[in-house]
Amino acid sequence: MPTTFNLTASIVFLGFFALVTIVGFMAARWKSGDLTQLHEWGLGGRQFGTLITWFLIGGDFYTAYTVIAVPALVYAVGAYGFFALPYTIIVYPFVFMVMPKLWEACHKDNHITAADFVQGVYGGKWFAAAIALTGITATMPYIALQLVGMQVVIRSLGISGEIPLVIAFLVLAFYTYTSGIRAPAMIAFVKDIMIYIVVIAAVCLIPSKLGGYASVFSAADHYFAIKGGMTGVTLKPAQFLAYGSLALGSAMAAFMYPHTMTAILSSSGVAAIRKNAILLPAYTLLLGLIALMGYMAIAAGIKVTNSSEIVPALFARIFPSWFLGFAAAAIAIAALVPAAIMSIGAANLFTRNLWKPLVNSAITPAQEAGTAKLVSLLVKFGALAFVVFLPTKFAIDLQLLGGVWVLQTFPAIVFSLYTRSLKLPALFAGWLAGIVCGTSLAFIQDLKPIFALNIAGNTYPIYIGLIALAVNLALMFAISAMMSAAQLTKSPAVPA
Amino acid sequence: MSQNSCSNDVNDDEQRSRRRTAFPNILLLLPYIALLWVPFYNDVKPSLFGFPFFYWYQLLWVPLTSVIIFIVYKAGK
Repeated sequence: MPTTFNLTASIVFLGFFALVTIVGFMAARWKSGDLTQLHEWGLGGRQFGTLITWFLIGGDFYTAYTVIAVPALVYAVGAYGFFALPYTIIVYPFVFMVMPKLWEACHKDNHITAADFVQGVYGGKWFAAAIALTGITATMPYIALQLVGMQVVIRSLGISGEIPLVIAFLVLAFYTYTSGIRAPAMIAFVKDIMIYIVVIAAVCLIPSKLGGYASVFSAADHYFAIKGGMTGVTLKPAQFLAYGSLALGSAMAAFMYPHTMTAILSSSGVAAIRKNAILLPAYTLLLGLIALMGYMAIAAGIKVTNSSEIVPALFARIFPSWFLGFAAAAIAIAALVPAAIMSIGAANLFTRNLWKPLVNSAITPAQEAGTAKLVSLLVKFGALAFVVFLPTKFAIDLQLLGGVWVLQTFPAIVFSLYTRSLKLPALFAGWLAGIVCGTSLAFIQDLKPIFALNIAGNTYPIYIGLIALAVNLALMFAISAMMSAAQLTKSPAVPA
Repeated sequence: MSQNSCSNDVNDDEQRSRRRTAFPNILLLLPYIALLWVPFYNDVKPSLFGFPFFYWYQLLWVPLTSVIIFIVYKAGK
């Protein structure tokens, strides 16, 4: 990594950063609404059409951390790191079938969060609070990782210290506070176009400098042959199940997160979501090309101490200074969009499903929006403290656990759209069992996502989130069936 | 609004959409089968434009999935 200060790149970087800051504050007036209402601040008044939603989800789901971490994993282990590709393909048939139903259910009753929806179906407040807490806990480390992504690119410009990160973050915090989700929605346009330019430039320019894709792949093949272990440009048979189950489990969890949920709920309707399921895979193509930068870095002979530096190091090697600044700005801005939406999603959950039902039920709509704004600030400062004071590994480990946890909310959110025969205590018990099982397995595995199940003498390495979900579902269906048989409680279908 | 009428709405909707779109909806399972059966595509050959099969096969499923969802979308309208 170049540690010398790169003036040209830094100027370009600052210019673009200043541009999105202005855009972020201007966004408050865009498609104007009463920002003292939570559905206006937190969901943009549910008026984002197909195009804005496309940019918003694209900016929100394919984060800066993805751009940094996926090539880093591919660089380190090869084909296995590519699971992000099948994951972000198979997520869309699911989005197409399920999310329009959820949007309709939420729109009808002015639900702003997934926990709102669960509360609307089953009543009570404790399970909804549990869903909300799961979402918030899963999101916090995710925000922290966006900052890690930003930190890596700022360092690639030769700027050291935490001050630039703190400043970037203060800017983000205040325009999110003022403009709500309108800010990331508007910035997403700038971010996505910049990322497309950077990636297209990279995939056209870099292989031609390295002798074409065939030689990039053969360099990687050679590199992994020497490195040995569970690496290579294709998978080892022992990795098949791990690869597939990671893709499936991640796809099931992806739209249970508060930030993706918030982006879905802020769209203008069912048609916008369906069309987006058709159009969003364009970003997956981009992600596939980004993943290949891991191999390009190998072919370019780049050596780094920390594999997360691989993308900026590759850019610094290949691009001229001004374009390095542009690329670094693209990634830094790519961190701002999801970080903003994540903090909004977490703030919505906190206000609607923890604060209002458990602390202050007499809250007015204006106070509700005020609380959410304040919480969005707190969440971001929490994430900043995380990055500045704790080792990065902590955020990565917690993000892995967060994925396992958020997957345990899948039955309550998705199944409830299709059946009303599930019982609240059963869902609650399943959720708890899933969280406990997933967390224990993750700790047994030293915070790796895969656990090797031993069944009848054979080992099956499977994504821990899916194992925990299986436990969750088994318990949930068993208790639901027992309760239906015994008629122990009133069915939730009976009006209160 | 009572919860009963709500669950009836859900059932009506479901039955109506199921009758109309049952066949094309099954197409949505194709990407899952094609991508989750990993041994099928874990190979270097045949390569295409320098990309080993493992990579271009998965990349190819990106537009294919879009097209499949588009077909289901059109059929359901």
